[in-house]
This record gives sequence, structure tokens and C-alpha cells, in this order.
Amino acid sequence: MELFSDYTLRVVALGSGVLGAAAGALGSFAYLRRQSLVGDALSHAALPGIAVAFLLTGSKAPLTIMLGAALAGWLATLAVGLVVRRSRVPYDSALGMSLAVFFGIGLVLLTVIQKRPDAAQAGLESFLFGQAASLLREDVVAMSALGAACLLLLGLLWKEFKLLSFDSEFASSLGRSVGRLDGLFTLLLVIAVVIGLRTVGVVLMSAMVVAPAAAARQLTDRLAPMVALATAIGVFSGVTGAVLSSLIPRLPTGPTIVLVLSSVVAISLVFAPRRGLLWRWISLGRLAPSAALDPVLMHLYALAQQHPGEPDHGHGIAVLRTMSPAGVDLDQVLENLRSRGLVERVDEGLWAPTAIGRREAERHLASQNETAS
Amino acid sequence: MARESSPALEVEDLTVAYSEQPVLWDIDLVVPTGDTMAIVGPNGAGKSTLIKAAMGLIPAVAGEVRVFGRPFAKGRGEIAYVPQRASLEWDFPTDVLDVVTMGTYGSLGWFRRPGAGERDRARAALEEVAMGAFERRPIAQLSGGQQQRVLLARALVQQAPILMLDEPFQGVDAPTERAIVAVLDRLSDEGKTVVVVHHDLQTVPEYFDSVLLLNVRAIDAGPVAEVFTEENLRLTFGGRVGVLAQIAAAESGG
Amino acid sequence: MTAELEILVIAMVTAVAAALPGAYLVLRRTAMVSDAISHAILPGIVVAFFLTEDLNSPLLLIAAAATGVLTVVLIEALIRSRLIPEDASIGIVFPALFSIGVILISRAASDVHLDTDSVLLGELAFAPFHRLTVAGVDLGPAALWSMGTILVLNVGLILLAWKELKLATVDSSLAALLGFQPVVVHYGLMTMVSVTAVGAFDAVGSILVVALMIAPPATAYLLAERLAPMVVVAAVVAAVGAALGWAFALALDVSIAGSIAAASGLLFAAAFLMAPRRGLLAQARRRQGQRLDFAVRMLVVHLFHHEGTPEASEECRVAGLHRHLGWSESWTRRVVGKAAELELVERNGEQVLPTADGRRLADDAVIGFGA
Repeated sequence: MELFSDYTLRVVALGSGVLGAAAGALGSFAYLRRQSLVGDALSHAALPGIAVAFLLTGSKAPLTIMLGAALAGWLATLAVGLVVRRSRVPYDSALGMSLAVFFGIGLVLLTVIQKRPDAAQAGLESFLFGQAASLLREDVVAMSALGAACLLLLGLLWKEFKLLSFDSEFASSLGRSVGRLDGLFTLLLVIAVVIGLRTVGVVLMSAMVVAPAAAARQLTDRLAPMVALATAIGVFSGVTGAVLSSLIPRLPTGPTIVLVLSSVVAISLVFAPRRGLLWRWISLGRLAPSAALDPVLMHLYALAQQHPGEPDHGHGIAVLRTMSPAGVDLDQVLENLRSRGLVERVDEGLWAPTAIGRREAERHLASQNETAS
Repeated sequence: MARESSPALEVEDLTVAYSEQPVLWDIDLVVPTGDTMAIVGPNGAGKSTLIKAAMGLIPAVAGEVRVFGRPFAKGRGEIAYVPQRASLEWDFPTDVLDVVTMGTYGSLGWFRRPGAGERDRARAALEEVAMGAFERRPIAQLSGGQQQRVLLARALVQQAPILMLDEPFQGVDAPTERAIVAVLDRLSDEGKTVVVVHHDLQTVPEYFDSVLLLNVRAIDAGPVAEVFTEENLRLTFGGRVGVLAQIAAAESGG
Repeated sequence: MTAELEILVIAMVTAVAAALPGAYLVLRRTAMVSDAISHAILPGIVVAFFLTEDLNSPLLLIAAAATGVLTVVLIEALIRSRLIPEDASIGIVFPALFSIGVILISRAASDVHLDTDSVLLGELAFAPFHRLTVAGVDLGPAALWSMGTILVLNVGLILLAWKELKLATVDSSLAALLGFQPVVVHYGLMTMVSVTAVGAFDAVGSILVVALMIAPPATAYLLAERLAPMVVVAAVVAAVGAALGWAFALALDVSIAGSIAAASGLLFAAAFLMAPRRGLLAQARRRQGQRLDFAVRMLVVHLFHHEGTPEASEECRVAGLHRHLGWSESWTRRVVGKAAELELVERNGEQVLPTADGRRLADDAVIGFGA
């Protein structure tokens, strides 16, 4: 492709791709652990670390900067943990506080740097909004090395992280140190965030961590495909964003990447098979996940529950009639349910809920329990 | 102390407290090998806490736990744990077989992956709980009873001599209850030790050999026939116990 | 007023104006929404600016409020679809909106006096230079007027809707039951947050609005037990933090907004450590005192349990006690000593036995719990 003969574009696209991969992969686990906003907090909290690294070493070498950013981010997560454990301040407040306070400290340090004679602070500010165009080969090399290390560790510790995310108590009961695993995961996440700061900037990093996972989750029900998809979506968005931004004038890279990502999320939300909104609308005639469900469906569902493992075990209309109030035209109701894909006639006069019908019934029950509690 | 002659589980002076408020006071408990024991008590009595503290999942202020005569730290691998299913996030992207296979992670080291052998063991466990047909089902689509059976299978696959279950019968349908009871029977036949936090007093005499009556402290523990009396139930639950008293009276009398 | 003093006043007014809605965000556990809104209002501001070419136009406030509400609507639509959890919904919506804003700025024209730096960071130092002149009369810095108005509005709304806000925050189902429209309260609060955010972004930038909306209320949360005192303390802490930050920034000639955020964080840290009831130090002191009492109770209960049992002689020997209870020898001795001092136990040679008082205490101790 001619496009990629442009050196800058190659560098930027590669950097964006690496960022997309690392953020997408690790973001999947953050997403599943309900830690999606940690990426946001980490990226803001990195600022003082970047400033201190520069103040102490006078160097803007990528690894030095990233190390400072990582340390600051790490400190921020420790602070959040401490506040949540030892006081009644809720988690989201602790997160927001550390995000903003650390960032404020970073701003103060930035102005300190600004006043120095060697006002090379301009380079540091690129971390705020991302300045992918300023990426150099040495940056991308560092990013790729770190990104690869992250992914490798993720692969090696796959089952540990899966266990940690799904059932940390069970992990404890098996003798795994949950504290250490959690710390390790946070470390990898910090690295993934730090990799991306130069490219998309502080504010948008949150999306890089969350969005690929959110999109991928709509498309699959298994973990490995989800992480793989998230990684792919991350790479795709990164590279596409970089390319688009170089083709269209005055289109900054970071926001372009995020918009590409957001579009992917929107598309997957609408078009995903089985989970997607379009699918829901076609098969159920509405967009909301559950409304008042037809009692006949609920009866059929309850009957079917008596025969687990036999999805085709049907029940006759006579049984349904005893469960329904008088005057209900069962034939019509069943026909309506059938046309919506919620029930099927398994044999002469015998009905059973379909998989979709079962899931709708369960969702309805679950939402009823929620409003009741 | 030789392993064979020691009881499966010994709890001594176990005390758990949150901000100096005791949740478990000085619990002594002996669970003989091969026993199937129920832990019953009112809400807030510390039943789940007892299991979790015995498993080292929450810290104890005092006391110790021994597994087959050895200190808990050495014997933890002998216990398989089935948590309350409400404590899990079931919207996780994985299937039934995968969850059950997680039970084998304890025997695999840090970097090893589960292989065909582990998955076969998982399948066998699924068959035991009558969920063999649901191998590939995403867990987000499971009903409550199915979830419970999957968690039980996950513990079975560990093939541990002791199992601790936290309210496995809570809110499950009849087929699931039957399946769980069948598993408990089989485990008992094989000489395994099972401890179950149980909420349904009516079924205690039918399902269990012995019972621990718990209300922050141990009221009494022992074979159901001896211990499951109206007097003890009143001490545990407070006030008039009514229907339960009739059951208990029938049990101790009969 | 000198420029410095004007900055101080603007800073304090902004801080208090932000802390007021922030208190409710913290209590409702939706603190991160402030982060989302303060970033997501950018496109609204940009569009309004394109239309009016005036940074101080009230249209900006309206546009920002509308975009803020839109943000919340979008987030909640995602949550209601049950396809994406709450935290992820927030993390997806606001970067998308922010990106749109940044792209609009870049594409529009580079002579637009609205660069992303000032959006994110603000610069209080310039505030005195934008003056509000009406009919040729200099009425003071424009930022003071806009933030002052917002402050008054926020105070007014909170006072007016005090009951509704309180109920909707604490128990939204009860609120609905009583006819108090928690949804209206909810969107009203979000509008307040949006308006405050846009008013403040010129002075302190959007990220520091987040600091002001969360840190002082969180500090107050550790210091107050009821809602009214909490809101008042939040306002006071916000003002103090603004003043401290201002002084620090002036002395060292650094970013004022950043200093204020840092000062607010410092005040929170101080409360975290030293709050009279909920601070770490207070907790530790309480635990120290309670530990000995609790241990004495544990000792007596333990002796009571094992009294008269075959293991009694083993369990109740001083030498054996520390092993059975898992305590260190010195701690055991101390506890036994204290218990003997309180005449709850007595020594009988090697053994420690409960006295009649001790037995009563033990009996009471366990009977209290549920049975």
C-alpha cells in the first residue's frame, strides 16, 4: 500500500496498533472485573510521574518517561485501595479523587518545568492530548517491547487471570494468592496505559481500555475469543485511526482512533448476533430487554424447568389451560408467541419454549428479583 | 498423629470478629471422617463465616483448624469449596465445561494449561450432576439450579476427601435438589466428608448424619438423632419453634 | 481588588459551587460521572462558540448543560440495554463525545480562541483579564460573575429541593413511592453538574472541576454524620482548599488550578488520617482500647466453655492458653492479668478459672447474640 510508504505514517500506525493490542487485551479483563474506569484514573495519575521522571533525569527518553508514568499510576492504585479499605469513602469517589488530585500535582510540576531555562516542556505536554505525530521510532520500539511483554505475561498467566476475574474466592480456596495476582494484573494494566499515553493522550486512554472489550463482548460468549477480538479491534482502530488522520487534514490522531473505536462499539451493539439490538428487535419486536412477559410463556418455562436436559419435552394445552385464567384464548396466544420465536410446537398439541423464549423468561425473572430487592 | 485416625476436620477455639463484634465465638468442632454434617442456624449466625474462616478465606482472631490432624496450611488441598452461587458474576463469557475445568487449576502449576485429561475429568463431574448435555452452554444462560450443579461439579473434579458447601439447596428446583442429594449420597458411600451450610430444617434428618447448631457460638454438635432436639433448636433459633419442634421431636423419638 | 485577590475570590467561589452538587454525587456513588460530564461537554461548548464567537456567552452554559444531560442519557441508555455494565458505559460515552469536540476544534479554524489546552487545564491566572463591562462600567472579572451566579443558583436549588434531593439520594424507591420523581431530581442534579463544569472550565479546566466536586465532599463524608453538616463542611473544605492552593501557587509561581486540586487532596488525606471518629489514627486508638477488653471477654468465654470438660485441665492452664487461643505468651499474660484485676478469673495454681462474676459475664456475652 502506498500509504505505508510514508515513514511517519508507518511509525504512527505501528504505535497505534501496539497500543490497541495491549489495551484491548488487558482491557478485556478490566472490563470483566468491573474495573473499566481504572484506565481513566491511571492515565490521569501518570502525569506527575512523567514530570518527576523528567525533573530527576532531564531526559525524555521513552522508557524513562514510561517508568515515571507507571510508578505514579501504581501509587494511585495503592492510594485508591487504601482509602477504600480503611474508610467509608466509596470506590468511585476514591478513583475520581486520585485521578484528579494526582493530575493536579502533575500540572503543578509541569509549570515548574515550564519555568526552567531548558523549557523542553513542550514535549511533555504531548502526553495530555496525545500527539501521535510526534512519535519517533525509538518510542515505538519501546512501546512494542513493553506491549509484547504484557501480552506474553497475559498468555502465561491466562488461567490465573481468568480465575481471578470470575471467582477470586475460589482462587483463594485453591491456595492462589489473590493479592499478588491482583497486583500483577494492575501492573500489566498500568504498562498498557502508559504505552498509549503518547498516542492518544490522557483523556482518551479510558476508551482504549474499555471500548474494544465492550465491542468484543457482544460478539462472543467465550473468553479467549473475546480477548482475541478485543485485541484485533484495538489494532484495527489504532491503525485505521492513524491512516485516516494522515489522509484527512487537521484530524488529530487520538480522537480519530477513539471515534473509529466508538463506531465499532456502536455497530457491534446493534448488529451482534443473538445479543445485538437489531436481533432483539427482529425476534422480539422491541428493544428493551424485558417487559411484562406473557404469562403463558412463563408457565411453559416453569413446566420446562421440571425437565432439565430435555429441551424438546413439550406440554399440552390442557395443562396450560389449568394454569391460565379462564377466557384466555390459548391458541391465539401460543400462535403469537410462536411467531415471535419464543415457543415452538414440538409435537401434536405439545408446546415448549425455545432457547430465546427461555432466556427471555429468565431475564424477566432476574429483573423482577432486582426490583424486588 | 497419623492421618487415618484423625478426624477429617477439627476446629478449635475459632473466633472471628469484625471491628470487635464477634461473629463466631470460640467454636470447637470435630467432623469425623466420612460424616455428612449440616450447619444450621438463624441468619447472621455465622454459618457462612465458619466455612470461609475454616478455609482461610477470612482471617480469624483466634483458633486453629486441622485437616486430618495436620495444620490447615498443609491440608488445604484436601478441601473443595462450593461457594454461594449468588456471590458470582454469572455474566462472565465462558461455558459450563470451562468453569468445571477451573476446579483442576489447583493441581496444575502456574504456567501449565489444562489439557485433555483435565477436561475429561471435568466431563465426568458434569455427568455426575446430570449436566453432561450442557458442556458448551454459556453460563450466562443457566438457570439457578443449573448454576448450582456446575459449582458442585467444579468441586467434585478436585476429588478432594472433604467438601464444604455453602447453602447449595437455596433457591434451586426439585431436579437440582435431587441431583445434589444423589451426589451427597455417593460421596458418603465413598467415605468422603461433607460439610454443608443448610437453611432448610425440615430436610436435615433426611439428608445428614450429623448437625452443628450454630448461633455465633456452637450450641451443640453431633449425630442428628441426639442433637437435633426441640430444646436445642429453641436455644439456637430463640422463641417458639413450632412445626420444627414436631419434626425434631419425631426424629429424636423415632 | 488586586488581581491576586480577584483570583482568590474566583477560586473560592468556584470551589464551593462545585462542592455542592459534588456532595450528592459522592453519596450516590456516581462520582465518576463528574469526570465524564466535564469532558463530554466539550462538543456542546464548541458548537455554541462557533455560533456566538463569544466565550462568555450564556449560550455556552445552555449548550453545555444540554450536552451534559445528553451524556447522562446516553450512558443510561447503554446501561438499560443490559449489554454493557455501568462503569464501562461511562468510559465509552465521554471519550467519544470529547473526541468529537477536539476534532471540531481542529477542523474548524486555527484562529479560534479555544484551544484544547485551556479546556482541559484552564488558567485562573488569566481570569482577571476578562472583565465584564456593562455600559462602559467595569464590573469585575467575568468569571467571578458567572461562577458567582452559578454558586447562587446551586445553593438556591439545593435549598429548594432539599427534601427531594435527600430522599432521592438515600432511597430512590421510597422517593418514587412518595411521588417525589427521583428521575427529575436525578437529571436536575446532572444539569447542575454540567452548568457548574462549563462555568468552571474557563477558570480551572475540566479535570480540576472533578477534583473540586469529589475531594471536599469526600473529606466532609469522613467528618460529618448527617447530610446538612456534610454539605456545609464540604463547602468550607472546598473554600479552604482553594485558599491554600492559591497561596501556594502564588508563592511558588506555579499552576493555580493544579495547586488547588493538590491542596484539596491534602485536606482529604489529613481527614483520612485524623478525622475524630473515622480517621485512621482514631480507628487505631479505638482498636487498642477495645482489643484488651475484647480479649478479656474472649478469655472468660473460653474458660467458661471448657470448664468441667475433660480437656479443662489442659485448656485452662496458663501455659496452654496462649497456644489454644493463638496468642503470644506476653499478650496472654497481660490479658490474664487484666482479667484477674477485674476479678473475672482467679488463679488456682497452674490453672486459671472463671469466678462467679466471670461466669456471668461469659453467659451474658454469648446470650446476647441472636439466640
